Amino acid sequence: MATTGTEAPSGLQIHPMDQFIVKPLFGDGPIEWYTPTNVTLWMAIAILGVTALLVLSTRRRAIVPSRGQSVAELFYGFIHKMVEDIAGHEGLKFFPYVMTLFMFVFLSNFLGLIPMSFTTTSHIAVTATLAILVFLTVTIVGFVRKGPGFLSMFWVSSAPLLLRPVLAVIEVISYFVRPLSHSVRLGGNLLAGHAVIKVFAGFAGAMGVASFVPVLAIAAMYGLEVLVSAVQAYVFTILTCVYLRDAVGEAHH
Amino acid sequence: MATEAHGEAEAAVGMPQLDFSTWPNQIFWALVTLVVIYFVLSRVALPRIGAVLADRKSAITNDLAAAEELKQRAVAAEKAYNDALASARAEAAKIVAAAKADIQKDLDAATAAADAQIAAKAAESEKTIAAIRDGAADAVAEVARDTAAELVAALGGSADGKTVSAAVSARLKG
Repeated sequence: MATTGTEAPSGLQIHPMDQFIVKPLFGDGPIEWYTPTNVTLWMAIAILGVTALLVLSTRRRAIVPSRGQSVAELFYGFIHKMVEDIAGHEGLKFFPYVMTLFMFVFLSNFLGLIPMSFTTTSHIAVTATLAILVFLTVTIVGFVRKGPGFLSMFWVSSAPLLLRPVLAVIEVISYFVRPLSHSVRLGGNLLAGHAVIKVFAGFAGAMGVASFVPVLAIAAMYGLEVLVSAVQAYVFTILTCVYLRDAVGEAHH
Repeated sequence: MATEAHGEAEAAVGMPQLDFSTWPNQIFWALVTLVVIYFVLSRVALPRIGAVLADRKSAITNDLAAAEELKQRAVAAEKAYNDALASARAEAAKIVAAAKADIQKDLDAATAAADAQIAAKAAESEKTIAAIRDGAADAVAEVARDTAAELVAALGGSADGKTVSAAVSARLKG
């Protein structure tokens, strides 16, 4: 990027993390748990987006679908098939739950791509909330449905007897690391992408005529971020289904 | 490269993600949002889309069944049409044969009548011809007699009619 070397380091002010600052919507007071903030605003927009996408578009309930209804049916079919294929038929009880997570993450990711917007899913607090919800759901449902038998997923019966205690320890650790990896994967991906775009944007502001280079880089990064937004929503959802299979499906070890 | 170091320094200054004072706020609103989306989806959107998809599936199944039935009916109709066509052809052939026989009969009768008429006419004509032939023979005899009498007179002989006619008759027979 520093090919021209014309920018003055002292004059370059890039604040790639400013876009993630949580601010109150009204006034400048302290942020209490109930304060309406830009988080509230963009989550509300996500709710409206989900409603427009899945409710308004299907209001005619047409046998021959309109474009909007086709999209809604596409989402429905995609997640329905995913839950059924991965979590099994029993897992379909959790289809509305999985669909909620997917639509929220998907909409939030794409809303975050709007310039000047706020990306709620780039915050570890939000993704951790989602991941811990999934973790609690899986654990509670697993114990309710299977009782102590749920613990047998940590006891790898197909391994040699000597290795089983070792594997059990590894399995337990990996089980409790799940919410961490689940949330950091999503939040980190979006955080990094948005920060990089902002850094390039800062270069563009300081490089004068040569700024077409960072602008092209931003365009390329933006394309990549579109991909990341969809893929991370997909990954988050498919992992949720994989975890749900532990709770409702047959033992897979 | 100095700029990148600068950017990193900026990032290290503060990550809003790690500002834990905003966490309760974010978690609260995230939970509210999830609950709202969950109710929108589970109460309205998903049952509706599921019903639409089921409707479509049953409509397609029904349409396929109806199409199959219509196809069967078309096949049956074609068969009935072919049967009707075949019987109509047979009927037509029968009518043609009957008409041919009728015509033949009429034709035969007419031919016979015409033959009889022709035979009668021929007989009559033969009679007339015979009469004419007889008439002609008499006329020849008379002309011969007259001619002979005149010849005899011209040659200076005299003969009575009886002798001349006897001589002519003898000659004519001779």
